[in-house]
Amino acid sequence: MNFLISGAHISPVYLMGVGFIVGMLGGFFGVGGSFLAGPALYAVGVPMNFVVGTDLAHIVGKSIVAARKHRALGNIDLKLGFIMVFGTIAGVEAGAQVIQWLKRTAHIDFAVGITFIVVLLSISGFMTWESLKTIRLHGHGKSPDKSSGGEHPSKRDPSAAAHIARLIHRIGVPPYVKLPVSGIERISIWAILFVAFVGGFFSGFLGGGAGYIRMPCLIYLLGIPTHIAVGTDLFEIIISAGYGTVTHALKGNVDIMIALVMHTGAAIGAQIGATLTQFFAGPRIRLAFIPLPLIGIVIIIHGLLTGHPAK
Amino acid sequence: MNRELKGWLKSFLIELLVYSVLVVGYFFLVLHLLGDWIAHLFEGDRRLYAFVALALIVGQGILLELLTAALFAVIKPRVDEQ
Repeated sequence: MNFLISGAHISPVYLMGVGFIVGMLGGFFGVGGSFLAGPALYAVGVPMNFVVGTDLAHIVGKSIVAARKHRALGNIDLKLGFIMVFGTIAGVEAGAQVIQWLKRTAHIDFAVGITFIVVLLSISGFMTWESLKTIRLHGHGKSPDKSSGGEHPSKRDPSAAAHIARLIHRIGVPPYVKLPVSGIERISIWAILFVAFVGGFFSGFLGGGAGYIRMPCLIYLLGIPTHIAVGTDLFEIIISAGYGTVTHALKGNVDIMIALVMHTGAAIGAQIGATLTQFFAGPRIRLAFIPLPLIGIVIIIHGLLTGHPAK
Repeated sequence: MNRELKGWLKSFLIELLVYSVLVVGYFFLVLHLLGDWIAHLFEGDRRLYAFVALALIVGQGILLELLTAALFAVIKPRVDEQ
């Protein structure tokens, strides 16, 4: 099939297949999946500037499907999602500005790249330790049992690192918000904005949704139960990726026809991924998430070797 | 593999089959015809294109979510009955 806007000639079955896989990842982990979709589009001849914008457009559609499913499952904290949008958009802009600045500064990109690699490696290592320890201590390796007290499974989400979030909840910088859906009595709004800003910064710097850093931050820093972190992240991605779609489309970087075809596969993949979260407890989802920051590392190394970040 | 997951997998495979047929129809009827118009819009009015692009992906997102949810709602109870 010829895509007139980007000038690419791609099989729609290929696009639907890529969309399906990325959709499943998105529905299950609450990530955009750009680390897979980006190279997959680039490999079949989509120009790099179209890869970034088109991927963002497809993420919007996919996240709508997955977020609606998660909403039906009670996995979205709308209040948290709306607050995060502001931090994310500011972070995306800051990340994009840093990219522009780095282009004019020699060797700084190498230092920043190495720093990111250390951060992402630490996240992977920490999550491996925490999820394995939690599974061992609480025996939460099995899927959540609906019969135990009728409580939503995400509310029974023990973590061996819960003390980190408790410390952050004690930060005394007003204003504060209550997040009843996530079971948080009081948290400084600045803590939420900071986490959203960090996720947005990585997104603006490396491209894509940067869910591989935002998800662990939501769970370990803010203390959001894993299922709700997945759903809320997807909700937040709809807005931030929608913003990115419009800005990229104005610059002529979006081939919406490619995004629409990809999304036909992603829609069903996202449904499946979101539904599958019902069969896994929080620590298991966190354990399965561990390879994603490692893929982030590969993206950074690729950027360092080729001389430009993967965006 | 527990029984619930087995039932879910079976209903998913049926859903995937029905969904594929519907998407192929949608693909030829809507997306194929839309291509030329969108390309002209991209060249002619970039601002309008940006908002049409967002509206299209949001609209398709809602449409396909309703379709997949409806398919799942129809197919799953029938599989569970068996």
